[in-house]
Amino acid sequence: MSSLAVRKAQPAAGTTPGTAQGPPPRHRIAWVPTVTLLLGAVYCLLPVAWVVIAATKSGSELFSTFTFLPGTGFADNVSDLSAYRDGVYWQWMGNSALYAGLGALLSTAVSAVSGYALATYRFRGRETMFNVLLAGVLMPPVILAVPQYLLLAEADLTDSYLSVLLPQILSPYGVYLSRIYAAAAVPADVVEAGRMDGAGEWRIFTRIALPMMVPGLVTVFLFQFVAVWNNFLLPYIMLSDDEKFPITLGLYTLLEQGANTPALYTLVITGAFLAVLPLVVLFLVVQRFWSLDLLSGAVKS
Amino acid sequence: MKSAPYGFLLPAALLFLLFFALPIGYAVWLSFRKVHVLGLGLGSGARKEVWAGLENYTDALSDSELLDGALRVLGYGCVVVPVMLGLALVLALMLDSDKVRLAPFTRLAIFLPYAIPGVVAALLWGFLYLPDVSPFYYVLDELGLPQPDLLDGGPLYLALSNIAVWGGTGFNMIVIYTSLRSIPAEVYEAAKLDGATPLQIALRIKIPMVAPSLVLTFFFSIIATLQVFNEPTTLKPLTNSVSTTWSPLMKVYQDAFGNGDIYAAAAQATIIALATLVLSFGFLRAANRRNKQEAAR
Repeated sequence: MSSLAVRKAQPAAGTTPGTAQGPPPRHRIAWVPTVTLLLGAVYCLLPVAWVVIAATKSGSELFSTFTFLPGTGFADNVSDLSAYRDGVYWQWMGNSALYAGLGALLSTAVSAVSGYALATYRFRGRETMFNVLLAGVLMPPVILAVPQYLLLAEADLTDSYLSVLLPQILSPYGVYLSRIYAAAAVPADVVEAGRMDGAGEWRIFTRIALPMMVPGLVTVFLFQFVAVWNNFLLPYIMLSDDEKFPITLGLYTLLEQGANTPALYTLVITGAFLAVLPLVVLFLVVQRFWSLDLLSGAVKS
Repeated sequence: MKSAPYGFLLPAALLFLLFFALPIGYAVWLSFRKVHVLGLGLGSGARKEVWAGLENYTDALSDSELLDGALRVLGYGCVVVPVMLGLALVLALMLDSDKVRLAPFTRLAIFLPYAIPGVVAALLWGFLYLPDVSPFYYVLDELGLPQPDLLDGGPLYLALSNIAVWGGTGFNMIVIYTSLRSIPAEVYEAAKLDGATPLQIALRIKIPMVAPSLVLTFFFSIIATLQVFNEPTTLKPLTNSVSTTWSPLMKVYQDAFGNGDIYAAAAQATIIALATLVLSFGFLRAANRRNKQEAAR
């Protein structure tokens, strides 16, 4: 996997823009790339900036004032949203946190143990198993979700928390990433030394290999957390009781009701703003000590 | 020790069997079945599941709703995939260029949409497309320019494509950028000494060297595009132009749960899965063959 190795950060990708020697002379700035990237950033931030501002507007301000002028109704909007159907909105948020948090934790555990086994051991059927698992990525979610629904209905498990949690534990991409990280982070002689000391295979994995894989596993966790938090199709098919809805499905039903009632627009907009907030904060916090590059399977050699 | 790897892989294998293999097998099985109704279909035993052969498949292939949906998604994909990957490549090259300012900030900002659920992204853009609340219409209005309906006809494709491009560019940019950074610096040194411009270095050295990651992002973008569901479903309440069968997956959902015909839905889902496999692997093979030819030259 040496082709995936990331060379040491170049000045161009600097995480510490010219601070030590003071600002560099103006002519040393590459304007074309800088401006292009800024335009890209504006494009990507525009809808987020819009929802942040729109969420502060009262119902009448939304239609009467200029879009990017902050309003005065944020507190009212939040309390209206909290009062909507006895606070079902916060129930959705809690559900999403549960589905994504617990789901990602279980998924990371399964990915870690599978990726470790695929990377460290040589055994019959290893590549076949790996390829079959990876083929799971290619399956359209709906070809899985419809029969998953029918099968879970046989087991009387539809419209339950489990019906959304269980199908999302196995993540082919998580197994793939874990295998790369395990191959790069766990040296074979360390595993061998563990065996010399008489440690069992499971003990070697939990005590020696697992701590070495942690930085990669953080990535698997984040990836799966985002995937579950953002999933819409599976809960859309599985759930009918809105007390169990995740936030994506809740907001969708809110929009469905609100589309013809402009009075509900402010609720939908405030709801969208509050739904975006946790993941944005999560990424801003995490990126301080975690590199985005890990998401594409990059490992330092 | 011999059995250890199998033990370690047991949870994944069980989950795979239960939630991937079994549902796929069941869907394929259902696609060859149908319900036979006796008389008025009342009373127990009046509705019986029977073997249907290829009937569901021939029905699906001649179903105009499914074909129209497939054509819509092909048109949509022809916009989304090149634009998104083109943007991702350009931005990755810009990030990788020398003396660029604010790279960490812009990199994070462009990646941000990845963290936003497709439903919420569609909802945000949906509001930005609505004349009553959109800043675009405000500006057009102030300037006295015509105001197109973004949620109808041709513009609807662009409106939907824009949501996908917005959501996917950042992730692909990171994948390409990671592979750009793995090119050893020495590779450029000779070119720089020979007086090559940054543009020449980008075109002649960087892009060919990141070709494998471009192939990978292309591959996953095709799959994601063929499976589009969330964005059009979310825009549906805002416009009458998005039907319940706008994309093939929406048609499958509609047949399975709206019309209650799980057999037709299973056949359609199987066709979509096969089409996805053929298209994506066909693309991979073509890309591999080109790579080999270039290597041989």
